Amino acid sequence: MNAPRIALRSFSRAQLTSKSSLLGARIPYRCLSCSTRLAQTHQFSAQNGADGARTTHFGFETISEDSKDDRVGAVFSSVAASYDTMNDFMSLYIHRLWKDHFVRSLNPGINPLTSSSSEPQGMNILDIAGGTGDIAFRLLDHATTIHNDQTTRVTVADINPDMLAEGRKRSLETPYASTGRLNFIETNAEKLDAIPSDSVDLYTVAFGIRNFTHKDTAIREAFRVLKPGGIFACLEFSKVQNQLFDAVYKRWSFSAIPLIGQIVAGDRDSYQYLVESIEKFPSQTEFRDMIRDAGFVIPGEGPDGEGYGWENLSGGIAAIHKGMKPIGA
Amino acid sequence: MGGPLTHSTLRSVSTSQAHRPFSVLNRPPPNYPGHVPLTSIERLALAIGSAIGSIRDPHRGDLIAALAEATAKPYFITRLRNAMLLDPTGRRILKDRPRITSQTLNLEKLRQLPEGSVGRTYVKWLDREGVTPDTRSAVRYIDDEEEAYVMQRYRECHDFYHALTSLPIVREGEIALKAFEFANTALPMTGLSLAALATLKRGERKRFWEVYGPWAWENGSRSKEVINVYWEERLEDSVEDVRRELGIEAPPDLREIRRREREERRKAKEREKAAKGAIV
Repeated sequence: MNAPRIALRSFSRAQLTSKSSLLGARIPYRCLSCSTRLAQTHQFSAQNGADGARTTHFGFETISEDSKDDRVGAVFSSVAASYDTMNDFMSLYIHRLWKDHFVRSLNPGINPLTSSSSEPQGMNILDIAGGTGDIAFRLLDHATTIHNDQTTRVTVADINPDMLAEGRKRSLETPYASTGRLNFIETNAEKLDAIPSDSVDLYTVAFGIRNFTHKDTAIREAFRVLKPGGIFACLEFSKVQNQLFDAVYKRWSFSAIPLIGQIVAGDRDSYQYLVESIEKFPSQTEFRDMIRDAGFVIPGEGPDGEGYGWENLSGGIAAIHKGMKPIGA
Repeated sequence: MGGPLTHSTLRSVSTSQAHRPFSVLNRPPPNYPGHVPLTSIERLALAIGSAIGSIRDPHRGDLIAALAEATAKPYFITRLRNAMLLDPTGRRILKDRPRITSQTLNLEKLRQLPEGSVGRTYVKWLDREGVTPDTRSAVRYIDDEEEAYVMQRYRECHDFYHALTSLPIVREGEIALKAFEFANTALPMTGLSLAALATLKRGERKRFWEVYGPWAWENGSRSKEVINVYWEERLEDSVEDVRRELGIEAPPDLREIRRREREERRKAKEREKAAKGAIV
């Protein structure tokens, strides 16, 4: 199952052409949408093949690193409008609970009545890959409602303009639209040029980091932009611990989700990519080690085990990872 | 329904790609680009889901396509492929594997062909509906790649069937055409889409039961298989000639009937308004 799909495809094409001698020379069957996709990948591998192209994974497919951003971009542009409907179907509405818990456990916001007047008011929060605003709106709601904090602001950064457009549209229905507390910028998480170093109190990324071409670069950028004492928090799909549950979960992922994607959104391939990218994401402990390697201090006590930097949700279907930038840095 | 098809022919010609049980975590490699092998449960779920989805939103052509693919096996798509193998033109089509796209068909040239020719009528339907030949989805869920081609060919020829039967692209015309296709190709999706009769107005439904349904059944089942027409070679022939060859008689002009009905309704409304005005 983990063999690169390109190898499988060329194997089946060889089968096709050998059979064709029976019926005379014929053009191999090729559907229009697939031939454009094939042409794209062939074009890239031909260009970079000579200098030893660096490859990465796109779901179970192996592609050149340069093309990953475009391929992921195409997926999210395609799903942008029905993103929430699809999330609801795929996670049976549980993703809302995960996001609520994520934000509550971060407890953003500074109560102006209890903080000393010398401290700068309000937090500066950066929400990465937060295009449609799910997390940003929850963060602002929590700060405003629980802590009476009217100054905490959130910058939503996403590489995909369609997701950002969807987020801007939704922000019009929140009370934050023209308050200056919500800001949308289009940028690549691996290169946050618009964000100055040591300026962010809280960096959040929910269900975004598994799509990045270089997760470690993104984590290092997070380290750079966070203030000393700032928190890095990541909500992402992870590995299910219980074997029986995992068997059921995997079958649901690889069978039902692409099917639902086809019926509801008319796009099987994007959802196939999504479930494959979940499969490819590192485990809880591996990801925690990546965070630690970037220089973050991991909360909780050792040794390995839940609670040391990560927290499972729904038996490991999703996990919250946290790290803190050390004060001395 | 089509030409003579004996049991022994079926057995000898059908592929030996027996249905291999596999799990969703361990799918066999694709047989053609875009192929997604489905298990029986998935195929059933796709059939049910796409049936419900296409009733709720008839504009989702991709769901109707998925329904066709999910219900074509076993037997029906194989029967259609075998019908092609029994006919010399059908065999040529299977060998050449022509595709109908905006690249392979020169639409500009078709627009300049004489009235009443297949090409001109086809382009007129496309232009009226504002679509191109590229809007058809690619076949993905049929395992045998030759059968997948047959399904793709059927899908791409649909607009030619409109030209052949001169049924308009309104819902009533589409349903009548689906009835014709059901009688001719026996694909289950065409029969299932007759459920859309429930969405027609009463007068349209009556017309179907009285005129177009019987026409579709008699002509579809009596005539030769329309899948065997090599459309790319018949573009300059007149539609009448192709109809005569296949043994299809033209149905009553539905566009004309509907236009006359609209006119009568409009006149009746005006008379009513005038009468009301006179009373006041």
